[in-house]
Amino acid sequence: MKFERETGNQKQETDFGSQTIVQETDIGRDQPDLHLEEMVLNMGPQHPSAHGVLRLVLRLDGEMVVSVDPSIGYLHRGFEKLAENRTYLQFFSMLSRLDYLAGFFMEWAYVRCIEGLMEIEPPPRAEYLRVIAGELNRIISHHMAIGDYLLNLGALTPVLWTFRDREDVIDLLELLTGQRMMYNYARAGGVRYDLPDGFEEQCRQFLKRFPARIDEYEELISGNEIFLARSLGMGVISAGQALDFGLSGPNLRASGVAMDLRRHDSYSVYPQLDFDIPVGVNGDSFDRYKCRIEELRQSVRIIEQALDALPGGPVNMRVPPMLRPPAGEIYRAVETGRGEWGNYLVSDGSLRPYRLKMRDSCFVALSTMPKILPGNKVADVVGIAGSLDLIMGAVDR
Amino acid sequence: MSWGASFIIHLIAALVIGLAVPALSALVLPFAVRRLSGFISDRLGPNRVGPQGFFQPIADFLKLLLKEDVAPLKADRLLFRLAPAVAFITPVLAVTVIPFSKGFTIANLNVGLVFIVAFSSFTVLGILLAGWASHNKYSLLGGLRSVAQMVSYEVPMILNIIIIAMLVGSLSLNDVVGAQGKIWYIAVQPLAFLVFIIAGMAELNRTPFDLPEAESELVAGYLTEYSGMRFGFFYGLVEWGNASIWSLTGATLFLGGWRGPFAGSPGWLILKVLALAFVVIWFLATFPRLQVDQLMNFAWKVLIPLSLVNLGVTGLLIILLPDNFLPPVAAFSWASVIAIILLFRPVLRRALLRKRVGRKTTLALSQAEG
Repeated sequence: MKFERETGNQKQETDFGSQTIVQETDIGRDQPDLHLEEMVLNMGPQHPSAHGVLRLVLRLDGEMVVSVDPSIGYLHRGFEKLAENRTYLQFFSMLSRLDYLAGFFMEWAYVRCIEGLMEIEPPPRAEYLRVIAGELNRIISHHMAIGDYLLNLGALTPVLWTFRDREDVIDLLELLTGQRMMYNYARAGGVRYDLPDGFEEQCRQFLKRFPARIDEYEELISGNEIFLARSLGMGVISAGQALDFGLSGPNLRASGVAMDLRRHDSYSVYPQLDFDIPVGVNGDSFDRYKCRIEELRQSVRIIEQALDALPGGPVNMRVPPMLRPPAGEIYRAVETGRGEWGNYLVSDGSLRPYRLKMRDSCFVALSTMPKILPGNKVADVVGIAGSLDLIMGAVDR
Repeated sequence: MSWGASFIIHLIAALVIGLAVPALSALVLPFAVRRLSGFISDRLGPNRVGPQGFFQPIADFLKLLLKEDVAPLKADRLLFRLAPAVAFITPVLAVTVIPFSKGFTIANLNVGLVFIVAFSSFTVLGILLAGWASHNKYSLLGGLRSVAQMVSYEVPMILNIIIIAMLVGSLSLNDVVGAQGKIWYIAVQPLAFLVFIIAGMAELNRTPFDLPEAESELVAGYLTEYSGMRFGFFYGLVEWGNASIWSLTGATLFLGGWRGPFAGSPGWLILKVLALAFVVIWFLATFPRLQVDQLMNFAWKVLIPLSLVNLGVTGLLIILLPDNFLPPVAAFSWASVIAIILLFRPVLRRALLRKRVGRKTTLALSQAEG
C-alpha cells in the first residue's frame, strides 16, 4: 500500500539544513564597527514549552540559534535504583510514572523481562488485552504529541481537539484498568483484570467515530499553509543520521527507516495482526507529524482486529506472589508511542532485581537537538522539540 | 456657543469616549474570545461568573487590581512604568476621529486618516519600552520582534489606507463615510480590504502574527515581567482597545461606517466592529504562528508589492476616468482577488515556504517483512 501526497515545492532544488542558514549569521561580521553579541538564553526548566522540565541553554545571534545545550535531570527520581530496593511486584506501580503519558508500555517491557527470565508464557487472552491497552496508550501518546506540537507552533485549537478525543480513550483505559494514567495493569503472567462489562461495545463505538476525528485533525492542520511553512524541511534528520543517533519510533520512521519493534521483534500477538508501518521520506517535522497521524489510523486497525480475535480463557496465570526469577540477565523492549523502550534486567535469583537498566527513546531524540537545531530560529526550537515528542519523565527517570 | 464651552464639551466627550471604547472592548472582547475560541475548540469556556460568564473579565480585572505591583529589580523603573501608559495613548486618541453617526465625531479632523496612522504607532513605542525596560531576554526578543513586525506591516496598511483616501479624495473620515452612501468600499476594493485585514492582524500582534508575545516560545514576550494591573493595561486595554480601533477603522474605511439599512446609527458601526473582531478571534483560534523570517518575507515580498500595484492601478484609473472610476477599480480589484486565490498554491506559496527541499512523497506505508 503506497500513496503519494503533493507537499511543498517540488521543483526548487536548494541546499537546506544548517549550512546555508548559518552563513546568514555572518552578515555584518566583516564590519568592524558593528558590535555584535551573542545572547545566552536559558529556556526552561520553567517554560511553557519545556515538555515537563527540560532546560535548553541557547546561544542566540539575534533570533538565530547558534548552539543548543540541553540540560536534563530536573525530573530525576532514581527509578533504576528504586527498582533494586523493591520486590518485583512492588515496582509495578511506579513504572507508569516514567513516561506518564503512555504508562502501560513501561509495565509491558518490565513484565516481558520477568516472563522471559522465568520462561513463562502468558495466556493468549492476556496478550490480546495487552495489545489493546498498548494501542490505546499509543493513541493517547500521539494525541498528546500532535496537540502539543501544534501548541508549540502557536495553534490553540488542535490541542483541545486532540484532548477531547484523548479523554474518550482515557475513559476506555479507566474501564479496562481502573486508572486513567497510572495503570498498574500488567502482571507477570498476564494482566490484572479481565475486560469489564460494556468495554467492548464502548471501545467499538470509539473506533467507529475516531477515524473521522483523525480526518478532522488533518483538515484543520495538515493543509494549513502556515503549518506547512513551519514544518516542511524543518529539523531534518536523514536516515543515516537517525540510525547513528539511535533514534527509534516515529522519529526514526519519519526519516525513512521502516523499523518497528512490533514487526521486527514480533513480540506478543503482533505477528497475527495486520497493520502497516508508516514511513516518512524527508525526515522533517512534517513527516514526524504525519507518521504519528498515520499511526493513529493503524492503531485503530490493530485494536479492531484484537477485539475481533480476542480469545476466551484466563487473563493471568498462577505465579507465586513473591516473584523470584532465576538468576540471569535479559533485555526486552517494546515499541511505545515514542520509540523503543527497553529494559535490561539482571536477576540474582533473589526477591529484588539486581539491576534494572532502562533504555529510553526520548533521551536519544533529545540528544539530536544540539545537532539539528543550530541555524534555526528561536521559534523552531520549540517547534522542532515538539515534533520530536519528548517527555521528560522518561528522559530523566 | 462660545469657543471655550465648545472646547470643554469636546474635551469631556473625547475623554469619556476615548476611555470608554478601550474599557468596553477590554470587557467585551476577552469574553468573546474565551467563549468563541471555546466554541471553536469544542469546549465550554468560562461560563460561571454572571450570565454565560459575561462578568468573567470584570472578575479578572478586579483580581488584577488587587495584585501586587511587581517590577524586576534590574528593570528601568521609569520606563517600565511608563510603557503601558505610552501604549495606551493609541486606543484613547485614535478613537476621537472616528465618526459614530451623522454629525457625531469628537474631532472632525480633515486629516483623520493620517491621525489614526500616526497614533497607531504609539503602541510600538510602548511595547519596545516594555521589552527593553523589563531587563529580561524574552521581553527583549518580544520587543524587538514587535518593532520589526509592526513597522513592516504599517507600510502595507498605510498604502491601503491611501487607496481609500484616493477613492474618496479626502483624508477626513467623515468624508470617507459620506462617500460610501451608494456602495461600501469593500465591494470596490476587496483587495485592499484583504491586505488591510492581514496587515491589521500583524499590527495588533494577533494570530498568526502574534510573535511578540508568542507564549510557547517567549513565555509572554514583552509582557513576561508584567503583573497586576500593568499587565491588565497591556493585555486588556491596549491589545483589545487596539483591536477595537482597528475594527472601527476597518468598518469606517471599508464597511460604510455608521451607515446601514433603515437609518444610520452607531449601532450599525458597533455591529460591524463586532464582525471584524470576530475575524480576529476566528484567526486566533485557527492558525498556528508564523516564523520571524516568514513574517518579514510576507510583508516585504508579498503584501507591499501587492499594495503598490493596487495603489498604482487605482491611481491610474482615477486619473484616466475621473468621472466614473469606481466600476473599473472594482473590476480590477475583484479580478486580482480571484487571481490571488487561484494562484495561491502555485505562486504565492513560494514566498511563504522560504527554503524547501525538493520533497518526494511524504509518506509510504511499509509492509516490509521482519
